[in-house]
Formats: sequence, C-alpha cells, structure tokens
Amino acid sequence: MRSADRHRVRTDVPVLLILPAAVGFALVTLPVAGLFARTPWARLPELLTSDAALDALWLSMRTATASTTLCVLLGGPLAVVLARGRLPGLRMLRALVLLPLVLPPVVGGLALLYLLGRSGPVGQALGVRIPYTTTAVVLAQTFVAMPFLVVSLEGALRTAGERYEAVAATLGAAPATVLRRVTVPLVLPGLAAGAVLAFARSLGEFGATIAFAGSLQGVTRTLPLEVYLARESDVDSAVALSVLLVAVALAVIVAMRPREAS
Amino acid sequence: MRRALVSLLVLTALAGCGGSEPTQTLTVLAAASLKEPFTELERMFEAGHAGVDVRISFAGSSDLAQQIVNGAPADVFAAANESTMDTVVQAGLAAGEPKIFAGNTLQIVTAPGNPKQITGFADLAGRDLVLVVCAPQVPCGSATGQIEQQTGVTLAPASEEPDVKAVLGKVAGGEADAGLVYVTDVKAAGDKVTGVDFPEAANAVNRYPIIALDGSGELAAQFVTLVLGEGGGEVLASAGFQAPSPPDP
Repeated sequence: MRSADRHRVRTDVPVLLILPAAVGFALVTLPVAGLFARTPWARLPELLTSDAALDALWLSMRTATASTTLCVLLGGPLAVVLARGRLPGLRMLRALVLLPLVLPPVVGGLALLYLLGRSGPVGQALGVRIPYTTTAVVLAQTFVAMPFLVVSLEGALRTAGERYEAVAATLGAAPATVLRRVTVPLVLPGLAAGAVLAFARSLGEFGATIAFAGSLQGVTRTLPLEVYLARESDVDSAVALSVLLVAVALAVIVAMRPREAS
Repeated sequence: MRRALVSLLVLTALAGCGGSEPTQTLTVLAAASLKEPFTELERMFEAGHAGVDVRISFAGSSDLAQQIVNGAPADVFAAANESTMDTVVQAGLAAGEPKIFAGNTLQIVTAPGNPKQITGFADLAGRDLVLVVCAPQVPCGSATGQIEQQTGVTLAPASEEPDVKAVLGKVAGGEADAGLVYVTDVKAAGDKVTGVDFPEAANAVNRYPIIALDGSGELAAQFVTLVLGEGGGEVLASAGFQAPSPPDP
C-alpha cells in the first residue's frame, strides 16, 4: 500500500470539510458518551441480572439468531436470483425487496399484523394465532433484517462476477454444483457480513415488534422493548440495558471490520 | 405522530414570523389521555386571551416528566398520575403545590357489540379470549394490578402494552378480544369499541394533578385556573373524566 502511494498523486482533504466532519462525528459518537456518563456502573451487574432483564436478553438472543438463520436461508437464495437471474422485471423486484429498509419499522409491523393477524387474509387461512407469540417477534425481525443480508450478498455476487461460474459450467458442472463449489465459497465473506448486519438489525428491532407481536415478558418483550418500558419507571435499569445493547453493537462493528478490509 | 407535531410546531413558528401581531406563547405538557379535553381547553383559552398562542405537547406522563427534569421549556404540566408529578416536584421545578383536577377509572373495552359477552372483571381471566392490558410500569397498568390484587382475579394477558392507546388500538383493530383502558379512552374511540363497566374499577381511581412550572408567568397560572375551574370541569366531564376526589387519608 505504502509503496503504491508514492506513485500516486494524493490530494489533501479541503480544510473546509474538517469542521462539518468533526461536528458530524461528534453527533454520532457523543450521545453514546452521554449514555455512559449517566450509567450507574456500580449497580450494573445487579440491574442486568434482574428477571426482566435476563428474560429480555435471552429472548433477544434466541429470536435474533432465529431471524438471522431465516434471513440466510431465504435471503441468500433471493440474493442469488436477484444477482444472477434473467427474469424480466428483476429491477422492480429488487426495489421491492428493499422496501423494509426505507419503511418505518412500525409500518412494517402494522403491515404484518394486517396480513397475519386475526382479520388478515393469511392469518385467517392459517387458523393459528401468530400475533403475541415469539414466532411473531422472529417474523418482524426477519422482515426488517432481510434487506441487509440481500443487499450485502447481492453486492458480493456482483463484485465476484460470473467468470468462475462460467468456467465451471463449461467444464460440465451442473448449476447446483456450480453454486455449491464455486459461488458460495466465493461470496462467503459477503454472506457473513450480511448475516452479522441482519443479526444486529434484528437485535435492535423495536417498532415492527411492538406493533405486530406486542410486549410480554419472556414471550415477546425483547431488549429494546424492555428498555422502552423500563424508562417509564426505572431509568437506571433502562440505561443499563442500553449500555448492554451498545456493547453488542460495538462487538458487531468489530466483527465486521476485518472482512471489509480484505 | 411526534414528527407530525414537530412539523406542525415548525409551521406555526414560521407562520408566526410573518404576522405583525405580537404573540405570547404558553407551552403546556399534558398526559396523552388528556388529548381531547385539553385541545378544547386550548381553544377556549386562546379565545379568551387575544394574542396568546397555547402549544400543547401530548405524550406519556413519564416521558413528559423526564423532559421537564432534563430542561425542556414548558409552563404547565398536567400528569396522569401523582407519582409522575412527584418526579417534577422533587426536582424543584414546580411553582407551588400540584392540584388534582380530574379522576379516571378503568373500563373493559371490547369489540363493538361485545361479541364475547363479557360482563365483569372476572370474565377476563380463565376464558378463551385474547386479553391485552397496560404494563405495570405505566399508570393504567398499575391500576390494573391494584384491581387484580383486590379481587384476587389473576389475568393472563397476551400482551402488556407500553401505553393505554396501544391497548385500545389492539382491541379496535380486532387483534384482541378485550382490554383494560380508561373510561375516557373508550369514549374517545366512539363506536369503534364497546365499553363494559365493572364495579371494582372504583377502587383504583387515577388522579390527575396539574402544576404551573418554575419560572412560568401569569398566563400559566390563568391556564391552571381554567382547568381547575367550572369551564375546565365541564369539558373534562364531557370527555368522561370524574370530578377530582379528595386525597386518600
């Protein structure tokens, strides 16, 4: 990297940009510093091991893992179809897949409710109650997290290109073999990055969950919902749980970094 | 909701810039359940005070108390329960003593026409129905808990929502058979739901205190007087609120 730099003309960052950049950086990082300043560190172990907190943490871990798995199982194939498929109208499909990314999550929750709820067409056809169950939490999280996996995997597929796949195919490999032996190994880092993003998004999900799944300790009340509720009566406990979520978020960023560098 | 409110505030602020008439602003923070009567009181107050613009921010009482404690500029605070008001009083931000201006009780809310034929509090437990209540951390949930204790009836809700309007929404939307909300919420929802009275509700009355905040002026005192007075009482009563009851011994 260094030796290559010598032969390249480097332009300095215009001074004009430094101040707004610093303000932007402060806006992104200082609130978290404020949260840490308000954190009752001495009481942290006690606050994080209350029944409600442990239930929320355990539920969040289970549901985020389940929804990430669903994202990989369903979003993975979806990304391959979007990147490699030759269907007409694929661009339109791609735009639709991104919908949950730009939609306010609470709108997503309402949409799920009116599809899968008691009065919804699918909800009526199924005959089983989905709202107020842990399944509803997983569905809400999968809904909002899926685009993250699809976008990063599709990007990885496009970057990797189709050359190796074409070579494998001309050598006589069937499409399934090409996928298994060439495509998947090629985009594994992209898939992993997408899965980490989807997990983080699932863990932080609030709006769709509360609108679609409700809020009951141990069943549907995930960490963000517990934070929102604890605020009402016990700010210390809300702050402690927030710090826990920040820690997880930082861990996700660290997990993402080496893959982005490569 | 909040975004709509902010843009509305920005718009009114911009509109205010254009006008030549000098306006005074009175900022009122009020519990979400006061939305209908306080909107009416705002209109009444502005009609009686030329050049005064009353701005009311409606939200959960605890949220509003946190905002006040953290320095939000406001003149009057009307809360849905006394413990939330205590937060503000103990922070030394109240001018004078809080006064109770209304009471509110719980009512069972069902789909229009009460298809599950619920007649009393005990019907909410042990039957095959989807029940939604407020979480114990919020005022309507603590009232629900009190009634459970007094009656010995243990409820098994499908969800404990973070605010009373969410409970109402689940029932009005058909995703729950029954819920526990305030009488005033049922009234405000009109024919989208049916309310069922139950006698035990009288044992858990939520009392609404109001206060002029530290540093507020004469206008704030006048608004508090309007709410506590006859005019305020009428508006509140027609929204379903009870007249204030004397404090517990």
